[in-house]
Amino acid sequence: MENLNLILPELFLSISIFITLMIGVFFKKSYNLVNKISYIILILLILIILNSFSDNGKLFLDSYVLNSFTNFFKILILIGTFFVLLISQSYMKNRKINCFEYPIIILLSILGMFIMISANDLILFYLGLELQSLSLYILASLDRDNIKSNESGLKYFILSALSSGLLLYGCSLLYGFTGSTNFDIIYSKTDSTNTGAIFAMVFILVGLAFKVAAVPFHMWTPDVYEGSPSSVTSFFAIVPKVAGLAVFIRFLQIPFNQIIDQWQTILIFISLASMILGAIAAIGQTNIKRLIAYSSIGHIGYALAGVATGTISGYNSTIIYISIYVVMNLGIFGCIFLMKREEKYTENISDLSGLSKSHPLLSMAFLIILFSLAGIPPFAGFFAKFYIFMSVIENEMFTLAIIGLLSTVISAFYYLRIIKIIYFDESQQTFDEIKDIGISGTILLSCTLIVFFFLYPAVLNNIVNVLLIN
Amino acid sequence: MNFPILSTITILPFLGAVFILLFRGDSTENKSAIYVSLFSSFVNLFLTIFLWYSFDKTDPGFQFIEEKDWISGFIKFKFGIDGISILFIVLTAFITPICIISCINSIKERLREFLIAILILETFMIGVFCSLDLIVFYLFFEAGLIPMFLIIGIWGGPKRVYAAFKFFLFTLLGSVLMLAAIISIYWITGTTDVTQIFQIKIPKEFQYILWLAFFSSFAVKMPMWPVHTWLPDAHVEAPTAGSVILAAILLKMAGYGFLRFSIGMFPIASDYFIPLIYTLSIIAIIYTSLVALMQEDMKKLIAYSSVAHMGFVTLGIFTFNVQGIEGSIFQMISHGIISAALFLCVGVLYDRVHSRLILSYGGIVNIMPKYALLFGIFILASLGLPGTSGFVGEFLILVGAFQRSFLSAVIASIGVVLGAAYILWLYKRVIFGNLEKKELKTLRDLNVSEGSILLILASTTVILGFYPNIIFDTIHISVDQLINNFQQELKINLTQVK
Repeated sequence: MENLNLILPELFLSISIFITLMIGVFFKKSYNLVNKISYIILILLILIILNSFSDNGKLFLDSYVLNSFTNFFKILILIGTFFVLLISQSYMKNRKINCFEYPIIILLSILGMFIMISANDLILFYLGLELQSLSLYILASLDRDNIKSNESGLKYFILSALSSGLLLYGCSLLYGFTGSTNFDIIYSKTDSTNTGAIFAMVFILVGLAFKVAAVPFHMWTPDVYEGSPSSVTSFFAIVPKVAGLAVFIRFLQIPFNQIIDQWQTILIFISLASMILGAIAAIGQTNIKRLIAYSSIGHIGYALAGVATGTISGYNSTIIYISIYVVMNLGIFGCIFLMKREEKYTENISDLSGLSKSHPLLSMAFLIILFSLAGIPPFAGFFAKFYIFMSVIENEMFTLAIIGLLSTVISAFYYLRIIKIIYFDESQQTFDEIKDIGISGTILLSCTLIVFFFLYPAVLNNIVNVLLIN
Repeated sequence: MNFPILSTITILPFLGAVFILLFRGDSTENKSAIYVSLFSSFVNLFLTIFLWYSFDKTDPGFQFIEEKDWISGFIKFKFGIDGISILFIVLTAFITPICIISCINSIKERLREFLIAILILETFMIGVFCSLDLIVFYLFFEAGLIPMFLIIGIWGGPKRVYAAFKFFLFTLLGSVLMLAAIISIYWITGTTDVTQIFQIKIPKEFQYILWLAFFSSFAVKMPMWPVHTWLPDAHVEAPTAGSVILAAILLKMAGYGFLRFSIGMFPIASDYFIPLIYTLSIIAIIYTSLVALMQEDMKKLIAYSSVAHMGFVTLGIFTFNVQGIEGSIFQMISHGIISAALFLCVGVLYDRVHSRLILSYGGIVNIMPKYALLFGIFILASLGLPGTSGFVGEFLILVGAFQRSFLSAVIASIGVVLGAAYILWLYKRVIFGNLEKKELKTLRDLNVSEGSILLILASTTVILGFYPNIIFDTIHISVDQLINNFQQELKINLTQVK
């Protein structure tokens, strides 16, 4: 008999999704209720996972793995989701898209991500991936009456289906050339002479790069980010990236560990291209969600630079980077949800002009988060980049380091441009006063973490350093 | 001494800023903000003077060392000062209250935010001079960009956005290469603690490239020709207090960086790159002096003169003899005071007439005699008249430079003459002549706060000019040690080559 205690979080999540769905169907106007239940579910899940944080185990013929690494990422996903639901609540109500399906679909996609991260088998991995992706397609087109939202859902679906196809093709090749779908067996069967496996590795990396929106598979990102409702965009920008990077690390650390020379070049290219494109393409944007899309592409580039080193310290730096990235993005989306003027949400960067005079606290939050995103010390964003470059230079990948550092300068330009609009320009009309304790609390928490991170920057290292040892 | 005095003087202005931020009054809000900022900056000044007093001037090593585990197993948060850095800390603590007093008159809107920015900037600047760890140094060095960017951008002149962006991006571009170098040093030596790196010594083959990376950052900050172009823009657009801090302290970070890091960690490369530094310094001295001659904007003229004076500083640092290095430290301190005073003088006129063009003035001496006298003292100090602090620094640098390279010293001396030319011509056109312009006839002379600030600065200049030993006593032993270490390294290197 398998020890089902190990997958208690997944079981609990699946059962509660069904119960919440029933509640949603049988109560009228149940968005509030379902939303509140989701908070409770998420908090309970965090507690359950924390309770068994360092448990190790493999289940179902070694096809499902649980260790502190997967648990860390699951908690990160849960925290991200919790705050996304919290800050998007008032937005959903004001835009009148407060259907009860929204939290439930988000929970479903989380279930997919859990399976994806913990999978130790290609088939199970693909199952999780598709559960996640299908939920995301629906989320993208959640605002049914809006043509842009529909377009973004469709665009995301078509392109994502294509990438899933490539990934699946890679999986089948891998099975064909190694004789198994289990990661551990694939690990022992791949080496640099196994050309078929290398071929499969390329396809799988393409599919994964698409999911985290790394260049050159990023084309969907700006359109989907702009078209989807902001609440969904905030989810897209934060949670699937965390899951995607976890899967990247899982794949490269176990099945493809033997062919590091082959995938390292690919990852260096993806990482460099993402950094540069993210920095340059964001300069011309006028819509803040498009800008965030390009900025997230750039950030994924930095995160992948840590993965590209192929060492434990590199993976650790990526984990630290993505954790800080979650904090910063929660803050910036909190600010975006406060950009409301005359009952309408605005997304134009130019609407922020002169914000510092009418909303000094909000503009200060913008200032802190944007400087942090640009990686200027003493904010947390600097330390995130610092750890990445620390491990990159350790592995003597100087080209990657120098180009990465130079592209931080380019990307600083567009963050500064927003600050310029907020602080240096003449003011326009003010924004509506939104009294939402969830949003302001999240922004405050995010800014506090960003500002005071430098006092004790080792806090994340201590947690992360033990994750990948086993 | 167990009391963490260095952390205290670093964190105190920041606490003042937080205090202003959190407690906002209603009608008297600016008044309370002014009192809080003055209080914290003056307390800081007294603390640093006390620090200077209790500083052991016979100990060549680092004193008041504070060490704390920071990033576990990686990097320690390390503070400490020696004879060189203490002076820059005193200079910072001395200039900041002066800035605060001066901006009370001239900044009309958002004074509270301005004071917050100045205080936070003071924290970062003192942090730069205190830190004994490369990462901590980089942290403060870069963080200073944020408040300065806001000071130029929010309270600046008409082209402030361009100037602020240029300032930020130029400096950031130089600095990221330094970050790469710092991380490389960590992987080469296993530490970023400066005192340990001095012991371990970086292998010769790495020194050249690392030196260049550090140089890229310091050259932009200094600023050296040809990357000086951000400075005139930033100076012209920044408000008076911003220009004062920029000229008096931010530029000195680079000179300090050369002394502490470039020479200390890469002696062989520093020796190797002397021709490069000399060429750039000489070009800076001659070229920017000529450019300054042709300026129509007073602030721009002083900005170009700063570049020329900084050229002397780099020339002096890389002579590697006692006269040159002590001269350039003295020159940095003296330029910090004189350029601050000159910008304040321009600010006094600008507050009254709202023009920085030289053409719109003339004959000021007839209505503002006190102002003309004080301005005259700073003009003379700037051209290096004996008896003012400007003379001592330039003289020693030239003495040092003559020992190294006769030709560069001769050309630099021509620069001194040019310096006299542009600064005296500026004084003549603004102060002397007939009072012809109608709008100038109603000008008031200095008020109490302006007068007292300028008087303090003028007396400091004269005191330092007549009794420069105040400074030399403090730096002497540290400079000696710096040069000894440097010569020793070169000797070892020579024997290895043979």
